[in-house]
Amino acid sequence: MKFTEEHEWLLVEGDTVTVGITEHAAEQLGDIVFVELPEAGTEVSKDEEIVVIESVKAASDILAPLDGEIIEINDTLTDAPGRINEDPQGEAWFFKMKPADMSELDSFMSEAEYKSFIS
Amino acid sequence: MSDLAVTPLYDLHLELGAKMVPFAGYSMPVQYPLGVMKEHLHCRADAGLFDVSHMGQVWVDGPDWDAVALGFERLVPQNVLGLADGRQRYGFFTNDAGGIEDDLMFARRGERLFVVVNAACKAEDIARMIQALGPSLTVTPVEDRALIAVQGPAAEAVLAAQVPDISTMKFMDVRNCTVDGVELWISRSGYTGEDGFEISIPEAEAERVCRALLEDPRVQPIGLGARDSLRLEAGLCLYGHDIDAGTSPVDAQLTWAIQAVRKTGGARAGGFPGAAAILDQLAHGSDRKRVGLLPQGRAPMREAVPLFDSETATDPVGIVTSGGFGPTVQAPVAMGYVPTNLSAPDTELWGEVRGKRLPVRVASLPFVPANFKR
Repeated sequence: MKFTEEHEWLLVEGDTVTVGITEHAAEQLGDIVFVELPEAGTEVSKDEEIVVIESVKAASDILAPLDGEIIEINDTLTDAPGRINEDPQGEAWFFKMKPADMSELDSFMSEAEYKSFIS
Repeated sequence: MSDLAVTPLYDLHLELGAKMVPFAGYSMPVQYPLGVMKEHLHCRADAGLFDVSHMGQVWVDGPDWDAVALGFERLVPQNVLGLADGRQRYGFFTNDAGGIEDDLMFARRGERLFVVVNAACKAEDIARMIQALGPSLTVTPVEDRALIAVQGPAAEAVLAAQVPDISTMKFMDVRNCTVDGVELWISRSGYTGEDGFEISIPEAEAERVCRALLEDPRVQPIGLGARDSLRLEAGLCLYGHDIDAGTSPVDAQLTWAIQAVRKTGGARAGGFPGAAAILDQLAHGSDRKRVGLLPQGRAPMREAVPLFDSETATDPVGIVTSGGFGPTVQAPVAMGYVPTNLSAPDTELWGEVRGKRLPVRVASLPFVPANFKR
């Protein structure tokens, strides 16, 4: 698993990357009450705001970690946004994408690097 | 952070794992490890303990009650003179334009008046009172006492275990109780829509009293985050957001708090700042109203979201002044101002969130029925 400075995790399987937010991010955001996901098939650019999440406290954006195409979204989150607090690094993934350039993944942090990043 | 004041309960907040934030010049707990949602639900189900020591506690003294009450009536449109000993009322300082300078609670304690004002306004409020009431009346800020609130359906049982006799108090009663030699000033009131108490405690004793309350498994500490969602569901105004110097009590739908004796035809009609404007609005209505708003989707509509009367209208007709997710309602809730002709419950409006027009419906307040012990 790879990690971004925006507190996303990226799970690489073949040419597909599954993206969610880290436990640390979910804890900082607090109880999540609303999620708006992009549509499958959307072409996105790196750092584009593609997911909106709102906690009891505030709204935040999740950025596309890479250029590419959204191929699947986890629409179970829309009706049960609280699942993001329960299992942010497992069941509550946000979307799957096909990156335009898989080599860009090399620039992200390992789990050990992310742990020291947030400490 | 070093410029922030702290309350007598600061160390206890840290020990309880609170996340501290700056608020009205104080370092205050916004949430504890339980989190905003569970704190909110716990308070509605059992009891919550709040530190509200940042609020201003002020005594007004004079030769006798009539002098104190009539003096204070020059600042507020409430019936102060008619307040029975041991009773409290909600009120507000008004300005010459008929706007609200702050909202407050005031209580009669014998010949004295005890006032509780908002933290963010307290310096101005105290200056206002000294200027308007001195030198014939004395205005004394209380600097050496904490203020806490115990709120929720279990509040009475929880507090009665520490303070005998409080069960006979009714909503808006105030009383002094001495426990182990410590004098507590207790009112049966709060800011959650639940039954509960606010308790003024000598600062040196505040932590001990709170620890005793927290030993009861029915009690959880509650931060400012849940305090805000609790009061929003209860339809209660937050000064500086839902009411301010530019909103009148009539706009804000707070006319219930202006007693007949201060209205046109009453024995002491007018005589407060902005009386002409406010009495005129009471007679003829105002062109906008504070209303409840229920977003029809899941997206919260927060403060400053503009409201439109159609999906395509160019100019907004109103604005959200408080909004978020209501944990008890289990849906987004908001309050805001709309034109009077669009203020009927179930009126369909549109709020613009992140550039999208989303449907929102006018709703009656409160969103959660009050649970006071009348």
